[in-house]
Amino acid sequence: MQEGLTAHPAGRNGRAEHPPTPPGDGAASRTSGLGAAGLGAARLLERAARSVAGTVVSRAPRADLDERDPDYIREHLPLLWLACSLWYRGEVRGLGNVPEEGPVLLVGNHSGGNMTPDTVVFTLAFSTHFGVERRFHQLAHNLVVSMPFLSFLRKYGMVAASPENAERGLAAGAAVLVYPGGDREVHRPSWQGDRIDFGWRKGWVRLAMDHDVPIVPVVSIGGQETALFVTRGERIASALMLDRLFRLKVLPVSIGLPWVLNVGDLLGHIPLPAKITVEALPAIHLREEFGADPDLDEVYAYVTRLMQDTLDALAAERRLPVLG
Amino acid sequence: MRTVEAIDVSAPAQAVWRVIADPQSYLHVMAGITRWEVSGEQRRGVGARYKMLMRVRSADIGGLIEIVEWDEPTELAWTSVTGLDQRGRWRLRERVTPSHPPRTHVELRLSYGVAGSGLPGWLAEHLAAPTVAGHLRTSLRQLKRRVEHEQLRTAASARREARAAT
Repeated sequence: MQEGLTAHPAGRNGRAEHPPTPPGDGAASRTSGLGAAGLGAARLLERAARSVAGTVVSRAPRADLDERDPDYIREHLPLLWLACSLWYRGEVRGLGNVPEEGPVLLVGNHSGGNMTPDTVVFTLAFSTHFGVERRFHQLAHNLVVSMPFLSFLRKYGMVAASPENAERGLAAGAAVLVYPGGDREVHRPSWQGDRIDFGWRKGWVRLAMDHDVPIVPVVSIGGQETALFVTRGERIASALMLDRLFRLKVLPVSIGLPWVLNVGDLLGHIPLPAKITVEALPAIHLREEFGADPDLDEVYAYVTRLMQDTLDALAAERRLPVLG
Repeated sequence: MRTVEAIDVSAPAQAVWRVIADPQSYLHVMAGITRWEVSGEQRRGVGARYKMLMRVRSADIGGLIEIVEWDEPTELAWTSVTGLDQRGRWRLRERVTPSHPPRTHVELRLSYGVAGSGLPGWLAEHLAAPTVAGHLRTSLRQLKRRVEHEQLRTAASARREARAAT
């Protein structure tokens, strides 16, 4: 559950935070000095990696909104409730700010590595508050929705993050949860847990404008305390071409259970029982507040500032890490 | 899971009924209730529907409920239409003795669960039980206080009117 509208790295409006690696600057080219045998092995490895990547990317299903199963969600609410109440001591505020019906774009900051406790806590709260009958879709990284053992997440309404899938969700009248910060934000170092970091990705603003739907900022805190996140490893990811192969811009390094040193977090980790607090802010109707043709940068700056102020207030409430 | 709490209120059953039959009073009387709104045209009686939520640890639990029994002033029962399975009931029994003012035994029952949720559902129901029971107990205490205060105010008003008349 990592990625927001980042299918196009540069976004449709925002500037590229991670420009594509130029040709010849990849791992294969760096092996040129190793001799013919080494070069051949490197090319073989690259071909294998591309093959795996192609398989993974092709497995990423086109959003089938009908895969969402309200009965399944309802039957699993007690399990979510147990996890959220006993482990995360989750607290969600301000759900009354979410419009009672109709499409809405929920824009959240993302925390907690690949375990994404904020999504779990918010999904439970949303489903119990509005009922499982209300359509609710979460945008996630291709890798997440294509993992066979995570296929159950699609029953919760999870779809691969792409502008097209988000548009289909909104067109169907659903509440769509997007994390613009995606893998960049979710793996930020733990000491940056109180920072909103969308990386100048602004596709969500355009999406809300195109569909004329309200934006509800959703701010969470605590996820970055479920492990000690050390670094995103963006340079390593770039050197290994993970960006081009798997759309992974990071290769995070963290210290957490049970691996102790956790590189990549692909298998997840056992999250520490950090208290997760989530707050939904009042809905923002772009054309009412910013005129008929809102300026993308202005909206981006306004919403992220609003979220940062809320996150600062939530951080000020916390006395101790993990305990909250 | 079934939870039952009871309390005796020093007032006639009709006085208690006036409070529990009024959907507007639930947000004030019922503990843990974060939402209690009329859904649809009908506000009272069999068939009236309400959107209700009760805070139980990390979630507001409830959904759309419908009144299925309305027997003034003794029985009021509801059942869930959407959301978690639930069935609730108010039972009022007035006890009149010649030497004492009327008292009403008020019982509040709530059964809840999620069909098909298996072991996690069973665990969650039992872990939620103390919180739910606590909410019901507090609700009954608040109901008692509200009804008895209204009785006192009414009695005081009647005394004032009687004094003014003489």
